Amino acid sequence: MSQPVLTVRDLSVQVATPSGAQTVLDRLGFDLHAGETLCLAGESGSGKSMTALAIMGLLPKPMCRIAGGSIKLGETELVGLADAQYRRIRTERIAMIFQEPMTSLNPLMTVRQQLVEALLQHDACSHAEAPRRALQLLRDVQLTEPERRLKQYPHELSGGMRQRVMIAIALACDPEVLIADEPTTALDVTVQAEILDLIRKLQRDHGTAVLMITHDMGVVAEMADRVVILRHGQEMESAPVRDLFAAPQSDYARELLAAVPRLGTAPPRREKPAAEPVLEVEGLTVRFPIRGGVLNRVQAQVHAVENVSFQIGAGETLALVGESGCGKSTIGKALLGLAPWTGSVKVASQQTQGLGPAAMKPVRRVIQMVFQDPGASLDARMTVGEQVAEPLQIHSLASGSELSDRVAHLFRRVGLSPDMMARFPHEFSGGQRQRINIARALSLSPRLIVADESVSALDVSVQAQVLDLLQEIQDEDGLAFLFISHDMAVVEQVADRVMVMRLGQVVEEGRRDAVLRDPRHAYTRRLLSAVPQPDPTRPRPDRIETEALGSPVYPVGQRPELLRLTEVAKGHFAAE
Amino acid sequence: MQAYLVRRLLESALILLGITLVTFILLYLVPADPARQIAGRSATAETVQNIRDQLGLNDPFFVQYWRYLTSLLQGDMGRSYLQRAEVSELIAARLPASLLLMVAAIVTELILGLTIGIVAALRRNRPADHGLMIFSFVSISAPQFVIGILLLYVFAVQLGWFPIGGYGTFAHIVLPAITLGFLGAGWYSRMMRSSMIDVLGQDFVRTAHAKGLGKARIVLRHVIPNAILPIIAMIGIDIGLFMSGIVVVESVFGWPGIGQLAWQAIQRVDIPVIMGVTMVSATAIVLGNLLADLVAPLIDPRIKTK
Repeated sequence: MSQPVLTVRDLSVQVATPSGAQTVLDRLGFDLHAGETLCLAGESGSGKSMTALAIMGLLPKPMCRIAGGSIKLGETELVGLADAQYRRIRTERIAMIFQEPMTSLNPLMTVRQQLVEALLQHDACSHAEAPRRALQLLRDVQLTEPERRLKQYPHELSGGMRQRVMIAIALACDPEVLIADEPTTALDVTVQAEILDLIRKLQRDHGTAVLMITHDMGVVAEMADRVVILRHGQEMESAPVRDLFAAPQSDYARELLAAVPRLGTAPPRREKPAAEPVLEVEGLTVRFPIRGGVLNRVQAQVHAVENVSFQIGAGETLALVGESGCGKSTIGKALLGLAPWTGSVKVASQQTQGLGPAAMKPVRRVIQMVFQDPGASLDARMTVGEQVAEPLQIHSLASGSELSDRVAHLFRRVGLSPDMMARFPHEFSGGQRQRINIARALSLSPRLIVADESVSALDVSVQAQVLDLLQEIQDEDGLAFLFISHDMAVVEQVADRVMVMRLGQVVEEGRRDAVLRDPRHAYTRRLLSAVPQPDPTRPRPDRIETEALGSPVYPVGQRPELLRLTEVAKGHFAAE
Repeated sequence: MQAYLVRRLLESALILLGITLVTFILLYLVPADPARQIAGRSATAETVQNIRDQLGLNDPFFVQYWRYLTSLLQGDMGRSYLQRAEVSELIAARLPASLLLMVAAIVTELILGLTIGIVAALRRNRPADHGLMIFSFVSISAPQFVIGILLLYVFAVQLGWFPIGGYGTFAHIVLPAITLGFLGAGWYSRMMRSSMIDVLGQDFVRTAHAKGLGKARIVLRHVIPNAILPIIAMIGIDIGLFMSGIVVVESVFGWPGIGQLAWQAIQRVDIPVIMGVTMVSATAIVLGNLLADLVAPLIDPRIKTK
């Protein structure tokens, strides 16, 4: 085999903590060859992003330092390289794209300025040539309307477009190595498919070596030639991608792969007898006004949710899927009265339309919510015990020793020890925090839980545990779930019925197997085909059909055309 | 944009109308009697009553307010009770001096405050940072008349570098401008420091590093423009702070601005002058805020004037 482009040997990184230096990366080694994709995979805290930053010489100073080892780019040793020389390597020879396209571009500079800056910094072209080169780069990353994009600011572009701009910047000087740190994690699944496709294509055209960092085994299977699995800063396994998926050697890799939800492999859902509905929603509509003009009158409206109807029976899980901006989270908020809505919402047969805050209070006991970010949904200055107890106090359901007994019971219920009640949120891991959020939601013995992307921020192994917990609670208590998620594989695990939303309207609805295995609407099909499969033997998809999504904003007086659902099979509805 | 400007100007007019009403009520309720001030202590009750009649002070509140408002809308701010001159003339004579002082103070506090904030943020948690933050704390806490007198003593009396007071040359403005800007410099340095630290941790700064840019370019092109955004809104609000400071500073340095005029008028319950000065400073604050809101979208493309 040829000489590797990048050679990493015994790389160790330490982080200064109040209790002394902590090793977050322990003697990692790998080679990266031209035209090859190496995936660094692992869960949070595995040290994969640290590796990327160490190679870029961008470890946050002074907290982090390279404690030992070597990083060689060709013949150049990068560890200990002076900053002036390092600057000539960044973007020119090693470029990097980041996880958060929304925040990785300077909001005050146009796309052109940010591209030209990278070109000129490395004398990749002359001043006069720069605008033309910038345009060419945008064409290379297949950005639509590249001439217009050059003049635009980042906030005028969608997440996927911004990531394309980031890739264009990274490729400005035709680098030998491209480091992609979770480049698609923040993107919708169809956009993810496009970006992965683009990276593969550019790699083919330029022979760039790609170091891809991801937690998503589906992405690994679709992108990698070889994989290094990391855990707590240590290499668990290093293997060609097919070997890893076919026969993982280490216990950890086996566990990790087993925990990955695979679309199309979920066991059949137990048929449940038709139960009385906990929630009946009829013609739910949520619109947000956009104001303007001299008198600040409403000029346009965001039709976030448009005429959505559904029911959820006791013990049933309805999954609401769709891409960002489709209105799925807004529905969850509207049900709890957190967004203004019209239509009819009956909770446990009680109409909630027009109820004031006082009258809504008992309704809120029936519906509770668990949010996406387990850390942000807890108050950092209250003990977790107090936070689980708070709903009980607000609704005057328990006090004194009864209260603490019930909180202790709730802790045990979600798999935590009641000893932990006096601790603060920062003392818990992400998975534990989400358990606390679930305990808090359960404290009022609700009949329906709205779970809004409740497992999306968790590592796969933790995700699997939390999903099991939710299932267990449902089996025991006959709790109903409105499970809002963008992740089709997770939805397949938990849902009885699935409702697919697009631009505020339902495009398809039916039993899980009907919608996921026999999708009738083109959008559902596109969504499903875009999900990366954790199966490297599957042929890597070619160009995904891209389609402009449209906008849910309409001037006052105009409204979107309402979709009509027709029954394509028994209990399976799809828009025409 | 035009619609926005029209709306904001209408809003501003409403705010100013509200201010005339509130100020008028406050002055109506003040227990001091302007007529007694005019007549002098030895005047008889009858004389005082006559003066009250002449000035219309015996009319019901709303009659007085309506009279004031209608003449104000015709551009007439009334006559001073004590100075035998039109209020508008008194203010016009003194406004340029105050505006000059204000501009000089804003420039001083921005240069001082932003520089300190930037340096402190770049030297975060190091001795330079600690020293600068102690300085800014002192500048926020110290009363303006103390600073003014201290500066006067050291630089005018002891060193003789600047005149002790008065108005006319560039040398005259240095000490009053520093005194007036000192407080603001402290606030701006703290705001700029935290804003800089916030921006330094943003993803796009990491992107700039990944591009291989030098530190100077990253700070000048990427960090400072973003860090300065929240400061701009602050400058508009700041003009209000200046108005209170200007009364003190103009007295200390004998600066012939509207601060002095206001001070004299308040002491002697010269209601038309107090109203006039209040209206002028309120207008300055309202316009300052409007200006800050109009400038913001020029710098930040994300803000749309709608």
